[in-house]
Amino acid sequence: MIHSLFLINSSGDIFLEKHWKSVVSRSVCDYFFEAQERATEAENVPPVIPTPHHYLLSVYRHKIFFVAVIQTEVPPLFVIEFLHRVVDTFQDYFGVCSEPVIKDNVVVVYEVLEEMLDNGFPLATESNILKELIKPPTILRTVVNTITGSTNVGDQLPTGQLSVVPWRRTGVKYTNNEAYFDVVEEIDAIIDKSGSTVTAEIQGVIDACVKLTGMPDLTLSFMNPRLLDDVSFHPCVRFKRWESERILSFIPPDGNFRLLSYHVSAQNLVAIPVYVKHNISFRDSSSLGRFEITVGPKQTMGKTIEGVIVTSQMPKGVLNMSLTPSQGTHTFDPVTKMLSWDVGKINPQKLPSLKGTMSLQVGASKPDENPTINLQFKIQQLAISGLKVNRLDMYGEKYKPFKGIKYMTKAGKFQVRT
Amino acid sequence: MTDSKYFTTTKKGEIFELKAELNSDKKEKKKEAVKKVIASMTVGKDVSALFPDVVNCMQTDNLELKKLVYLYLMNYAKSQPDMAIMAVNTFVKDCEDPNPLIRALAVRTMGCIRVDKITEYLCEPLRKCLKDEDPYVRKTAAVCVAKLHDINAQLVEDQGFLDTLKDLISDSNPMVVANAVAALSEIAESHPSSNLLDLNPQSINKLLTALNECTEWGQIFILDCLANYMPKDDREAQSICERVTPRLSHANSAVVLSAVKVLMKFMEMLSKDLDYYGTLLKKLAPPLVTLLSAEPELQYVALRNINLIVQKRPEILKHEMKVFFVKYNDPIYVKLEKLDIMIRLASQANIAQVLAELKEYATEVDVDFVRKAVRAIGRCAIKVEQSAERCVSTLLDLIQTKVNYVVQEAIVVIKDIFRKYPNKYESVIATLCENLDSLDEPEARAAMIWIVGEYAERIDNADELLESFLEGFHDESTQVQLQLLTAIVKLFLKKPTETQELVQQVLSLATQDSDNPDLRDRGYIYWRLLSTDPVAAKEVVLAEKPLISEETDLIEPTLLDELICYIGTLASVYHKPPSAFVEGGRGVVHKSLPPRTASSESTESPETAPAGAPSGDQPDVIPAQGDLLGDLLNLDLGPPVSGPPLAASSVQMGAVDLLGGGLDSLIGDTNFGAPPAAVTTAATPARLGAPISSGLSDLFDLTSGVGTLSGSYVAPKAVWLPAIKAKGLEISGTFTRQVGSISMDLQLTNKALQVMTDFAIQFNRNSFGLAPAAPLQVHAPLSPNQTVELSLPLNTVGSVMKMEPLNNLQVAVKNNIDVFYFSTLYPLHVLFVEDGKMDRQMFLATWKDIPNENEAQFQIRDCPLNTEAASNKLQSSNIFTVAKRSVEGQDMLYQSLKLTNGIWVLAELRIQPGNPSMTLSLKCRAPEVSQHVYQAYETILKN
Repeated sequence: MIHSLFLINSSGDIFLEKHWKSVVSRSVCDYFFEAQERATEAENVPPVIPTPHHYLLSVYRHKIFFVAVIQTEVPPLFVIEFLHRVVDTFQDYFGVCSEPVIKDNVVVVYEVLEEMLDNGFPLATESNILKELIKPPTILRTVVNTITGSTNVGDQLPTGQLSVVPWRRTGVKYTNNEAYFDVVEEIDAIIDKSGSTVTAEIQGVIDACVKLTGMPDLTLSFMNPRLLDDVSFHPCVRFKRWESERILSFIPPDGNFRLLSYHVSAQNLVAIPVYVKHNISFRDSSSLGRFEITVGPKQTMGKTIEGVIVTSQMPKGVLNMSLTPSQGTHTFDPVTKMLSWDVGKINPQKLPSLKGTMSLQVGASKPDENPTINLQFKIQQLAISGLKVNRLDMYGEKYKPFKGIKYMTKAGKFQVRT
Repeated sequence: MTDSKYFTTTKKGEIFELKAELNSDKKEKKKEAVKKVIASMTVGKDVSALFPDVVNCMQTDNLELKKLVYLYLMNYAKSQPDMAIMAVNTFVKDCEDPNPLIRALAVRTMGCIRVDKITEYLCEPLRKCLKDEDPYVRKTAAVCVAKLHDINAQLVEDQGFLDTLKDLISDSNPMVVANAVAALSEIAESHPSSNLLDLNPQSINKLLTALNECTEWGQIFILDCLANYMPKDDREAQSICERVTPRLSHANSAVVLSAVKVLMKFMEMLSKDLDYYGTLLKKLAPPLVTLLSAEPELQYVALRNINLIVQKRPEILKHEMKVFFVKYNDPIYVKLEKLDIMIRLASQANIAQVLAELKEYATEVDVDFVRKAVRAIGRCAIKVEQSAERCVSTLLDLIQTKVNYVVQEAIVVIKDIFRKYPNKYESVIATLCENLDSLDEPEARAAMIWIVGEYAERIDNADELLESFLEGFHDESTQVQLQLLTAIVKLFLKKPTETQELVQQVLSLATQDSDNPDLRDRGYIYWRLLSTDPVAAKEVVLAEKPLISEETDLIEPTLLDELICYIGTLASVYHKPPSAFVEGGRGVVHKSLPPRTASSESTESPETAPAGAPSGDQPDVIPAQGDLLGDLLNLDLGPPVSGPPLAASSVQMGAVDLLGGGLDSLIGDTNFGAPPAAVTTAATPARLGAPISSGLSDLFDLTSGVGTLSGSYVAPKAVWLPAIKAKGLEISGTFTRQVGSISMDLQLTNKALQVMTDFAIQFNRNSFGLAPAAPLQVHAPLSPNQTVELSLPLNTVGSVMKMEPLNNLQVAVKNNIDVFYFSTLYPLHVLFVEDGKMDRQMFLATWKDIPNENEAQFQIRDCPLNTEAASNKLQSSNIFTVAKRSVEGQDMLYQSLKLTNGIWVLAELRIQPGNPSMTLSLKCRAPEVSQHVYQAYETILKN
């Protein structure tokens, strides 16, 4: 099972270590540093590194490496999932997960880690339960604790931990009972030079914020549940009911949680809401290249595309760019060669464009590689897959809750090749 | 106010100051002090000097303070064992606390203090906590048993904690069940022999119930445990699969992959005709695809596993090609894995898309990735014949880019394409030759030289080209030197007139000026061949090359099956069995897929015996990037002899050569390709007049084994027809096979009182068409009490009828008295023909080609032969060893045999030194013969 955890910042300092079994010397991280050196970028450090006596499994998030040390055959996915859970928990506790924040809250971090694993076995990883065991720091609580001398460690056994619904605590009370669901879809797509789709798929999630008194039992049904053939559920969802009736039936956890995530595969036709017209050309003789891109709406079902950001990693040979946008702002970093254009909203009557020239190294041959354009955008009130919630019902409690459903479509890894 | 203040006190008197604070009367101050101590500890400062002061704070009703002190204790108790004893009383008291949280915390912390003296005191509280009324305490105690076992295994066994733990599997609380399973699994891992988790249908049922209700982590433990279970029949397997399938929709990817493992394993047992089998296949695809949208680290592990799954059951993901397309900002480790899977999934249907993608990748920035993409194009050409032309033109386009490493990779793969499709794409040679000068990597140079040598007759200036390489001969790597030697010899054989000087030059360079034994030996062999018998030399050097395999980098079938059992573990990430790398040499139990056929032999002990100490000569199962052929082939290249340099050279070169072909034509052909005649003609003069080459005679020693064929094993005669049944005629006999002919050795005894004459014999129709080749000739009349022995030649051209059992032979014998009938069973090995040795390529292809359900597994017990002896014994009965390799201390013999009616049987014989049992896996298109072949093996090996 998981032996130890080291947190390493991007400059290669170990700033926290935690051991769940015997202490493993930090020198084990030397193997990690070696791998880190070999990898050109932090993202490319391999997640599984063997050393003579241990295995190092790592995840890289928020510019911090979370390196777990294991000694025996342990499912690596189990370890990696757990590490991501640790990061999520930190984020949940402290709002952000960064080196200063972790150092500021080192005792809470330590207490939380101790609760999450026992001898390497996961103990409590549900944030609901953890928060009952160890209360997250808030300014108010710190003040209160200092005055009254009370602690941020709960002295009651978390109620949910052993019940049939471990994800929900008992005795929840709200004056305003509300249940909100966000259907968020991300389009991952690769568009080729000519504008046709190489691959496109949708990663969707339904995130919920449920603040309901007592033990409510909810059912959520869809207009077109057939779309959901590849789904992962929160443990609260009754799988049998879904299998037979295609209805989500569940007792929700309290607060924010991810009800389900789904995947609409490349085989179904995925609508692509934007297009990019581009003309990026280098000439062999000249040290100037032409650059021109235009972004426009495609299948948007009449909704506006907002928050558009275009980024592109330009070839190394590009020294500088002189561009004029028809709207928004743009930057080019001559060191990293990263071009970024914050477009904002797309007005279909007046399509945004970015035009100008690129200056290349004099005398150098034209670059081999073509830059790939990355696109970010948002569309409110639209689930691009066409998924629609039919109705939400509550059983088991008498009051009438406020209900709300929001839809949103975003770009995931949306790439246009040039 | 944040915790960072704890880091700021770095003054000299820090420890002293903390000491004072710890002993303060004020609760608040104490707590702050302990927090400072903990903070120092987390960043690796040594605060062990404060041990007694911190322990003094332990007796408190403040839970947070208690927890902090416990944290401190766990860290430092080991270094201050005597002091730690002071804490014992508090622990024991806390284990009785009315608050379950404190009871659990106490037992949990005690288990983490790895001090022997404390461990003794732990037993009583632990026993109580294992039976605690509160499930939270029980589940914590379950984990504590595993901790204790790690510290003192004997103590745990003596105290009977293992039994208590086993009882917890039937606990009413699913969380307790999950933790008990996890603890037992961990203990079992260090004691592979102990039968801790003996699963039966009842306990399986309990686990499946708990599976639905426990936490995600618990589900992983339970699923991994289920995967070790061997269902008794396909119905049980199906019912388990049905109950595990919902886990595929879990949000935790580790749960999903563990569920996939269980399904992949139990699917083996389901019949392919079953509707459910198809449903299950369909259900497996979406969760695997979903794993690819997770974080990159998870993707990587998933991809390594998908790589295995795709090899085992390509049908699952055959429509999902697009999800493996590479995004430009994927981390490099994800990109490379995706590429690998893309090639595995490439087929005629999707090849156009794949090629377009690969071409796109070849213009990316990352050099490693570009190289692999170029190589992938070549692999596509070899795999999908229809696409070869497009692949070649794509490669040519890439060569035109003149990007150095792209050109080199392209040339390496084009060489493979030439091998696969001879005389088809040679028009591109001119373009290749243009780039000769830019090649600086040995592999690319070797490939180019091979091409020049192979097509010397079509390249006008081949001699000039090769000569240009010769100038810096000694600076080249061995790979290039060997290739150059062969290429020039090829050139000489094709254009003898102009190149005599060149060939002499290279031979002298190779034999006289080189220190490399491989190079020297090869040089001498060529020299001898050329000087003694140029015709034979031509036959050997320019022999037709065996076809190269379509699939590359395939994991060998048995290893693949084993790895499928390890889906989701580190083994699956490394593509090595755990015994190859798991720390500490703890015996690791080999896992194997359940056999589909429910034959009694295989169910008896489906898990093969535990391996002995893992041996040192682990084969490298992950082929290096340059290694285009599966490891099976490339390890087998070396004949199983130590000593002669030839063995070493062929192993070392195997990676490039088998595909590259140029060099190996010599080794390959003398060993198994060319007709033996060619070898002997070359051998005799060489031996007679060879004053120098000890290497040579070694070489021929190797081949001599093949030639000497003694007859196959002959069973002692048995009584077939007792005298009472045949009016006094007793017939006993046996079957033999000698130099290609089968005969029936008979012994006729006259136990009657009258003389017997006029003998005749006839066979009923039988499965293999056995029939007497000559009449039964008993020359003189058989007088009473006289015995005659005779041998009746048989042939296999008689009429065929399938018998039950297969090897049943019904015989009628007539004499002057009456006609008598009897039936006998002939051993199948008399039907094994002499030319039953399959070529390696063929073997690999055939093995893959025969569906898995045709595979049957048998155990041969009490047969303490070593590999060599077994192989020889079998060989004399026409069971030929095609290849041999050793994996973690076991020897694998890959063998082939052919029956008189042309049926091939492929076998894999696993022998473990020191273990008298062998495992035999048979694959044959006519699976009904397997049983009899197995019996033949057993008879041969045991006699």
